[in-house]
Amino acid sequence: MVLSIQELEWGLDNMNQTQFQAYQNIPQEKFTIVATQDIHDLKLDTKPVGYMKDAFRRFCKNKASVTAAIIIIFLLLFAVVGPFISKYETTFVDQNVQYLLPKSKNLQFLGWNGYSKKTISKADYIEYRAIEQELGVEVISKVYDEYTTETKMGKLVYYNTYYECKVNSYTATIMKEVQLTKEAYVALQNYQDENDVQVIYPITRMIYFKTDESVRADNANKDANGKFYSQSIYKDNANIWYRIQGSGNNKGIPAGYTNKNTYDEIKLTHDYVTSSLVSTSDDYTSKMRVSFEENNEFKYAKKVSGGNYLVRVNYNEYFEYLHGHEPLFLFGADQYGKDIFVNLAAGARFSLIFALCISAINLIIGAIYGAIEGYYGGAADMIMERITDILGGVPFMIVVTLFKLHIMDKVGTVTTMIFAFVLTGWIGMASTTRMQFYRYKNQEYVLAARTLGAKDRRIMFKHIFPNALGTLITSCVLVIPGVIFSESSLSYLGIVNLGVGGSTSVGTLMANGRGSISTYPHVILFPAVFIALLMITFNLFGNGLRDAFNPSLRGSEE
Amino acid sequence: MYMFKYILKRIGLMLLTFFVIMTMCFVLVKLLPVVDVKVFGQDANIIKMRREALGYGKPIMEQYFIFLKSVIVHGNWGVGEQMYTGSEVIDIFRQKLPATILVNVYSMILSVPVGLLFGIYAALKKNKWQDHFISTSVMIFVSVPSYVYAFLIQYLLCFKLGWFDFIMAPCETLSDYLSWTTFLSLIPAILSLSFGTIAGFTRYTRAELTEVLTSDFMLLARTKGLTKSQATVRHALRNAMVPIFPMIIGQFVGILSGSLIIESIFSIPGVGGLYVQSINLKDYNFFMLLSAFYTFIGLAANIIVDISYGIIDPRIRMGAR
Repeated sequence: MVLSIQELEWGLDNMNQTQFQAYQNIPQEKFTIVATQDIHDLKLDTKPVGYMKDAFRRFCKNKASVTAAIIIIFLLLFAVVGPFISKYETTFVDQNVQYLLPKSKNLQFLGWNGYSKKTISKADYIEYRAIEQELGVEVISKVYDEYTTETKMGKLVYYNTYYECKVNSYTATIMKEVQLTKEAYVALQNYQDENDVQVIYPITRMIYFKTDESVRADNANKDANGKFYSQSIYKDNANIWYRIQGSGNNKGIPAGYTNKNTYDEIKLTHDYVTSSLVSTSDDYTSKMRVSFEENNEFKYAKKVSGGNYLVRVNYNEYFEYLHGHEPLFLFGADQYGKDIFVNLAAGARFSLIFALCISAINLIIGAIYGAIEGYYGGAADMIMERITDILGGVPFMIVVTLFKLHIMDKVGTVTTMIFAFVLTGWIGMASTTRMQFYRYKNQEYVLAARTLGAKDRRIMFKHIFPNALGTLITSCVLVIPGVIFSESSLSYLGIVNLGVGGSTSVGTLMANGRGSISTYPHVILFPAVFIALLMITFNLFGNGLRDAFNPSLRGSEE
Repeated sequence: MYMFKYILKRIGLMLLTFFVIMTMCFVLVKLLPVVDVKVFGQDANIIKMRREALGYGKPIMEQYFIFLKSVIVHGNWGVGEQMYTGSEVIDIFRQKLPATILVNVYSMILSVPVGLLFGIYAALKKNKWQDHFISTSVMIFVSVPSYVYAFLIQYLLCFKLGWFDFIMAPCETLSDYLSWTTFLSLIPAILSLSFGTIAGFTRYTRAELTEVLTSDFMLLARTKGLTKSQATVRHALRNAMVPIFPMIIGQFVGILSGSLIIESIFSIPGVGGLYVQSINLKDYNFFMLLSAFYTFIGLAANIIVDISYGIIDPRIRMGAR
């Protein structure tokens, strides 16, 4: 039978006085030692398990949360290491490589190769075939289908031929015209000679694009013979094969495309043919000349104003000349030619640090506020609760907007956002702490501490607060995806722009991809997948933590 | 009687909170530099006159009383200064409201039954593979932001498969809003909004129903001879509905403010788009009205949930000592 202390006390109090005295006056020699050996407790076989360790053990039992934690580690690694392993800087911008598709050197067999299935017009098709012939690279790897559509406009019937094929984005727009200063032009020629690569290709200009079928009805014009031509679309396109093959109507058509339907479509001329270029020299001294040139008849550059040269380059080679490596974007490039991989990593790093900071600040403010509320109660609690009621009632959007309008110009976007998130963010933490304080402040051990003379502050933070720690850590973790979600929503809506000054956030990246969802979905896909993954794993991780710290709450929200 | 007092108290507190928030909002907006009016002929004069009537240049508190008077007595929230120049703000707001409500109503019509069904199914199959599958999917669907769904739906259903239009069909009259074409063009937006809500309902229903299913009165019901389905439908579901129903109401009110981003993605001419526009263009009259709207919605959602808990199940006394 086990007696409580009170019962023992009662027993002693009610003992017969003489009995009590008899017990008190037992002579020493009447005592004998019962145990000859030392008496001591058995040593515990198991190690003592603390609160944290216990929680950790429970957490490890939850497979989903552990998986989530591992994925989170990978995401963090990506955010931290990504910028270092990428060949690109976050500041890298190059319009000439815009919208290149994701391509990986080692994972090409998975279809991660920069190709995409596309429906292209006949003009594009011929152009791509021409590039293939000129450079010996592959643009179209497979043609699935070819079909012709009819459009009636008044009495005229327009026929448009389309090809459904797999196009390599890295070679489809490979030829670019760039303006170089004289020094750069000479340096590029030297590079060509040293490395034995052809970067500069003969310059071509298309005069007009002529067809019986009128390829583009939208800006078709009639020429003197009543034939339709359209000029503006392709005028500055450097991707037109320059080689005039054959003669007459066959000019400008790649070999093998000489049937009647095709050869009337493109009519090209070299700039060297036009009078302005015939007389001027192209200052091309490099030994690299295209193989099918017969007697140096091609011009490799066109002089433009300011003493610069307009040259037509194979941009992949030119890129290698500029940056020391070929253009290859693991996650593709966006509309500015930015590398999505490195920007996503940098954006993720920013978003995570941002969320962590906010979470930490919220924790501190919320803990102190909630502690005061819960511990003192009464009027203080009443007033402070009204304040949180009012703050909590303000929609987050309004907070952000008002902060934006008031202080954004003075302190910058990031500080503004931190203020906005902190202003209402700590309320959840405060109410959690308050609840815990209400639960524990009247318990005996607190009374004991007070009896021993502990000050209010000590009781609050040494004795009661640790009880709330598990729940608070959990809400801290759950705040992170919330902050990232709100931040990305706001960026996506264009209300704040965290993408200024070289920094970026995941939301900004997604907002960048909004305009090209149907044409270049990869721009938005990677940030979207990243953010979805982040949200799922953080929520799973947070729920796992909650269950681990607070087994009694398990499944309460599942 | 207690309930009546409680409701009155809650509503009073809510109105007080609302009033304080709006006062703060007004003062903070008035502290901002006055934005020049975009001038188009006569509009500028109208706005100038309106501004004078609103007491521009006077102390902020005086302006506030004028503002309160015009809002409460005349229902007049001012005119658009940067957008919809010269039009009454409240009129534009009224024009935009149907689209927002429509999307949300459709989304609720879709997500309530689906969410409840999934939740009930998962609860009945507790700890079997069906339950695990549903629970895992719910976790995923709850976490993924709605604009990610919007992106996937736009790309897959609208672009790749070509089933729906990218944006909402234009609407002029009320019958336009209720027409079949409008509904079709709204489907992507409805779907994007619904995934998260469905997952939320499923999770909640499952949690509530499993709790009820394991309680003692279910055993009693079985003992007195009811079949399992009878017991589930008559006793478990009814009791589980007690907390679920307020949640549905609260969700519906809350979702009105949650559809902001979806509205902007699918170009739905709703209140959300108006709000974002007013922020970007710094039209403070619109901003005040819409802030009031969203604040009210948020507060109302809270209070409705709390009150309906009490009404549906008198055992629950929210906020009682």
